[in-house]
Formats: sequence, structure tokens, C-alpha cells
Amino acid sequence: MIRMIRRDRASRPMAVSAPLIALGAAIAFNLILFLAMGKDAGAVFYALLLEPFLSWSGFSEVLLKTGPLLLIAQGLAIGFRAKVFNIGAEGQFILGAICASIIPVYFPQATGGWIWPAMLLLGALGGALWAVVPAFWRVRLNANEILVTLMMSLIAVQVLNYLLLGPWKDPMGFNFPQSVMFQYDAMIPILIPGTRVNVSLLLALLSAVLAWAYMQRSFGGYQFLVGGLAPKAAAYAGFSESRAIWLSLLIGGFAAGLAGAAEVAGPIGQLQRSISTGYGYAAIIVAYLGGLHPIGIVVSALFMAALYIGGDNAMVSADLPVAAVRVFQGSLLVFYLAAITLVRYRVVFGKRGSA
Amino acid sequence: MPAPLLSLRGMTKAYGPTVANSAIDLDVAAGSIHAILGENGAGKSTLMKLIYGVEAPDAGQVLWNGETVHLHSPGEARRLGIGMVFQHFSLFETLTVAENIALIVPGSIASLSARIRALGQDFGLTVDPLAHVHSLSVGERQRVEIIRCLMTEPRLLILDEPTSVLPPQAVGLLFDTLRRLRDSGVSILFISHKLDEIQSLCDRATILRAGRVTGHVDPRAHDANDLARMMIGREMPPPLHAKAHAVGDVVLELSSLDHTPDDPFAMPLRGVTLRLCSGEIVGIAGVSGNGQAELSRLISGETRLSHARRDDIRLMGQPAAHLNPAQRRGLGLAFVPEDRLGRGAVPEMSLADNSLLTAHPHGLLKRGFIDRKVQAAFTAACIAGFDVRTFGPEAEAASLSGGNLQKFIIGREISLRPRLLFVAQPTWGVDIGAATAIRQRLVQMRNEGVAVLVISEELEELFEICDRLHVLHKGGLSPALDPRTTKADEVGRYMTGTAGAAA
Repeated sequence: MIRMIRRDRASRPMAVSAPLIALGAAIAFNLILFLAMGKDAGAVFYALLLEPFLSWSGFSEVLLKTGPLLLIAQGLAIGFRAKVFNIGAEGQFILGAICASIIPVYFPQATGGWIWPAMLLLGALGGALWAVVPAFWRVRLNANEILVTLMMSLIAVQVLNYLLLGPWKDPMGFNFPQSVMFQYDAMIPILIPGTRVNVSLLLALLSAVLAWAYMQRSFGGYQFLVGGLAPKAAAYAGFSESRAIWLSLLIGGFAAGLAGAAEVAGPIGQLQRSISTGYGYAAIIVAYLGGLHPIGIVVSALFMAALYIGGDNAMVSADLPVAAVRVFQGSLLVFYLAAITLVRYRVVFGKRGSA
Repeated sequence: MPAPLLSLRGMTKAYGPTVANSAIDLDVAAGSIHAILGENGAGKSTLMKLIYGVEAPDAGQVLWNGETVHLHSPGEARRLGIGMVFQHFSLFETLTVAENIALIVPGSIASLSARIRALGQDFGLTVDPLAHVHSLSVGERQRVEIIRCLMTEPRLLILDEPTSVLPPQAVGLLFDTLRRLRDSGVSILFISHKLDEIQSLCDRATILRAGRVTGHVDPRAHDANDLARMMIGREMPPPLHAKAHAVGDVVLELSSLDHTPDDPFAMPLRGVTLRLCSGEIVGIAGVSGNGQAELSRLISGETRLSHARRDDIRLMGQPAAHLNPAQRRGLGLAFVPEDRLGRGAVPEMSLADNSLLTAHPHGLLKRGFIDRKVQAAFTAACIAGFDVRTFGPEAEAASLSGGNLQKFIIGREISLRPRLLFVAQPTWGVDIGAATAIRQRLVQMRNEGVAVLVISEELEELFEICDRLHVLHKGGLSPALDPRTTKADEVGRYMTGTAGAAA
């Protein structure tokens, strides 16, 4: 029989090293997998983990991907710490992209420096709006926000499909399901010349600073923590649970919408069906891998972005199927959750207790 | 002479630098009721854990019927015939009473339910076998624990402070039960710090102080002062009787309050009328599960009534039934709930962060951000002013003993300088020294003109400190009783609903 016994105290060094242990375990596990697939494991890991950092062009792409992951994960982590599980960031991201596209789609001739900031704002509001539905249902009807946010994501995909196949389809676009290319002023200025990294990366880093100040230093963040750790103590203190739910979902939606807007107004430059490569879901992994801590999330977002780029590399150079990359990401989360559980509990083997 | 049922020789157990048990010898004869007497923290619970196989001793020997045994787990102890009722319960809250018992005792739910009802009838431990545990009060949960243990038909039954949640009549019934069990050959280890109970029930007593045995005696041959001296190493602190004095304004008023909670297993309140003035202590006695939890949530604001019913509860003369706990705190209410961990304090947070829970309006925030300096100073003042034994404000709440955490929470609430202090079960699971300090503090608050409301199951405590007394039974509040002229028996009749004059 195997039993789990809660440790008297979770050790801090162990909590910090848990992601590294998880990484090691994921590498070992996937090594076996790659070998079983008959791949050159050395080449795969080189492409997957090292290559993104070895060239400036590769690393700039990592930074580009870090932006949306970081933004979304910071927003989600605030809710997760209050035990409000918004797993519909993907849909909020898509709504953000759609709302940001309103300006260039309807005013393709408009010019001026106000356009891209206005698009970002519209996108953020759109994402928050998409989160209003689960928040309202949870507060008024006690409907589980996990299910509602997930279903709202499916709806968001269909709204995007409808727009791209119907009213927003580019008339000169050879019938491809995509919008017009955005005008110059609808694009976010480039931050690092010669790369695709734009100013939205600064917004993402700013979100990390704000999240840190809010969660670690402010009374508002403290109320979230109490609500997540001990709901009865929050009720005893008089902290409003519905306020925590509303804020969690709205902040998460706002951040995801902002990320979506930054994606269409950034590297993509038009509204397409493939605007998201699962950022909304990957950000959940990022948030947990970062220990739900604003600084940890910066590290884990960078790492996950590198894994995206490395995965692309591995698909090309080491002929790795896309599913194998997903397995690597997923196994990372599984091993992390196992590692973090072992930080809090110890496992006892042996036959004990018969009742 | 036959070998004793259970013998301990030189049992020693240390937790880090703290020696909880030091070379303890103990013999429990077959068919006897043996008391383990000692303050909280004297090492009673640790010793029981060693006997029950929860913890392994660092040194020492256990003999069962004269043969050496090694107890590695509670399962092994149960196989030998040792049963234990813990002070802290191990029940699954999402399961019913019968389902919880079915986890240990074989049998169908229906047949178990019948046995539960029969045991409840015999021992005055009434509990609905089909009720979910989460809807039960602390007192009812303990009844379930006792019943569950009795159903395994143990040869040695360990009871850890079992009477603290029973009304006087039920204590008598329980004692009858225990005597009957003893006469049928079952030995009982009875842990307590209540001297009168031990004298009326037990054949032998082993007294512990600071992890060591300070005496093996026949409790009937010694008077209470002797036992107390062995237990606490000095004379008993004198009881601090409250002297009558003039009272001030009405600070809390409930006028025939009716309330049916959403939870179908919770006790509805019927026509509760209560007035509390500044400068008096009012006590609410009764066995928990009779509406105490519901009443305290209504007064604290954790349960709010609609705006239309805002006058059903008035605080400091203002309608308050619709206000949340933070708003009521703003009016001058402070509340110490009966559950310390998870409600009165966040277990995983430091004491400093737990100060913030209710004291945040007292200068601990600066423009929405936490002022760490003020927070640390406030916490340090609570720790020093209320003799909380801990290494400092950064200690996790969960690492404190029950008594120390209770002192911290009461200290925090008193530091809010309330006009009405409401304390539920102030000394539940708290050692004698801390309990005396807490009671003295409550009386001192009253003398300074604060209104104090105490819900407690400890009748002696209420008699000691209260100016007026009510009894809560099945959601109804008795008329006010004067503790100086009322006898315990009369209060007991209200507690069981058999008082002739019950409203």
C-alpha cells in the first residue's frame, strides 16, 4: 500500500527546485519516447531545448511568443490563487483579436498613432466581456466556471469562423478565410529593429510588475489569497466571494484579450483562423509551472515560448511529429504537479494499517 | 495477580528539542477505568498516540496482557482491541454518519443505522445516522466518534476529553455507560483535566506534568487540591467571580428572530430574543448542534438577512442584519469563532498575515497596500500582550497549539477595541492556564465597559464569568437566568428541553 502523508512544513528550496526536477523527469520520459520512435534523441533535444537560445533570430522569436504567454498567465494566476479556475483564456484571446480587428476591418483607410493603442484597448475589453458570462453565471447561479469558460471558448472559435467566412472576409483574398491585411498604423511598433518583437512585450513585462505588486503587496491581492486558502476565513473577515470571482475572471479576460489584440496587431497583421496556437491553454501550464508567482511566471513563460520555437525546429530538423511536442509540454505539467505534490506530501510504502 | 491488560515501561518520545513524553510507566488493569490527568501540553495526547500506534516511541516498551507488542499502526492497535476517540475528529464530512461508520465497521447501512440509533438511545448520544457529517456541530461529531468506537467492541477504550461537549445529564449517562463497559471487562483510559469527573468515575489516576509522571494515585482518596497540585505544580488559580455592576447602553438586540438556514441539516432558529448592554457578560449555554453555529453566524454577519429584515438584528442601536462582517466590525463588533483554523485564522499564513484578516482597518494599510511595519508591530503587540508562545509574527498559524492560537485570535479581536466582543467556545481545547487567562481577560473587558457575549458548552465557565445566562435548545433561547441564584441542574433541564417553565 502506498500512502501520502502531509509534511509538517513545505520546504522552500524544494518548492523552488520542483520545476527543475519536473523538467528533468520530462526530459527522461520523452527521451525514452523519442528513442522508441526511432528518432535521434540528441538532435531532438538540441533542436527543442538549445537551438532557440543559440541564435539571435531564434531567440527573438522566443521573446515574441513570450509576450502573449506571459500576459495571459499573469492574468490567470491571480484567479487561480483565489481558486477561480478560468480555463477559457483561449476564447477570451480570440475575442480580443476579433474586437481589435474592428478598427482596421471597418476603417482600413484610417491613419494616426492612436489606432494601435485603441485596438489593444478594444481587444482587452472584448476579452473581459467574454469573461462576464461565466462570472455572472457563477455568482448568480453557482454554475461551475471551468465548464462555462471552456464552452465560451468553443463559441468564440465559431464566432471567429463566422466572421472570416462571412462579413469580414477579405474581398480580394481569393476566398481564403481571413480579413484584409491591416494598415501600417494598425500595427504595434517594433521594439527591437530587425526582429518581429514589438512593444507588447513591454506590456507583458509591465503586467508581471503589476501582478507582483498586486499579489504580494496589496490588500486586494491578500483578499484573493485568503479566499483561495480558507474560504471560511474570508467569509469571517467579510471579504466578498463574488467580488473575488468577478475580479478573477475580468482580470483574466482582460489580459487574454489584450494578448489576442497584440497578436493580430503584431506578428500576424490580419485576422485569421489560426491566430492562436493554443496560447490560452499553454498559459495554464505556464501559470502553474511558475508556481502562480508573478516572477516565477516570467521564467516559465520564457521557457514555454522556447519550447514552442524549439518544437517548430524539431519538427523541421529532427522530423518530430507535432503530437510529440504536445506530449512534451503535457508531460512537463504532469511531472510538475507530481513534484509539487511531493513537496507537500511524502510517500510511505509498505503494508500498514489493515482497516 | 494477573498481568495488567496494558503496561508501558519507559515510554519516551521527543519532537525535535521538545520532549513530549519522558520515561513514562503506566499499568492499566483489566476492567478498570484509569484516568490520565494533566494540563494541555502535559503529554497526554502524545502518550495516547503511542499506545494507539499513531506515533512510534523513541524508547520504551509496550506490554499487552504481559507480552511485548510493537504497535506500528492504529490498525494493529485495533486488532489487539484498542479503540480510541480522538479530541480532533477523523470523519469524512461529505459522508453520512452511517457511511462514516461503515468505513470501519462491517455491515449494511440499514443495520448500522439501527445499531447507531440503539447505541444513541442507550448512551444518550442521539445523532441522526443519515445526517451528513458536514452539517453536524462539533459536539455531534464527537458523539459519532464515540459511537463508532463502541461499535468495534474494544477491550481497551481510550477517550480523549470526551465530556467537554456533553450536557451534565449526558455526562452522567456516559459515565453509567462507561461503568457498565468496565463491569463487562473493558478497560477505559479516560483523559481529562476535570478533577470532579475523574473523582466520580475513575479507579486509578496517572498524573502527568511536562511530559513526566508526577503521581499514580487513587483519585477517590485525594481531594481536588492535591490532584491539582500534582497536575499543575502549584495551587489552582482562584476562580474570578464577576461582581455585579451597573450596565450601559444596549449594544446588541435580537427581537424574536426566526431564521431557517439553507442547509437542510442545520438547526432553524425560532423566536430568539436577546439584549446585551455594555458592561455585562451574557452567556449562552447548551449542547452544540442546538443552533449555536447558526446564531453565531447571524450575529457575526457571515449569514446576512435581506434588507427588509435589517431591524431583526440591531448593533449599537443601528439596524445591522443586512450588513456583512466587515461592516459590522466597523460598528464595533469583534468576533472569535469556534473554529480557529480555517475560519478565525488561515492555517497556511503567518500570524502577521492573520492579523490583517480583521485588523486591516486599524492602520495596517497604506493606500491599499500592506504596511509591513505596522503589521509586524500590531502582531508583535498581540503576541506579547496575550502571552502567545511562539517564535514570532512569522510563525504559521497552523504551527501554534490550540490554546496559543486561541490567545492570539482573542488578542487580535480585543486589539480592535470593540464595543461588543462575541466569543464562541472561548476555552475549547485550551489548557487550564490559558483558559483562566482568557476568562480573566473577558471579565476585564466587561469591567472596562465592553459588552461580552459568550457561547460555551462549559457550564462552570459560564457560571464563573456571566452576569446573565441563556440556554439554547433546538433553536430556541431560554429566558434569562441569573447564574448567582440558578442551580446547574436547572440549566441542565433547559439544555435537554425538560424544564417545566421552558418558553
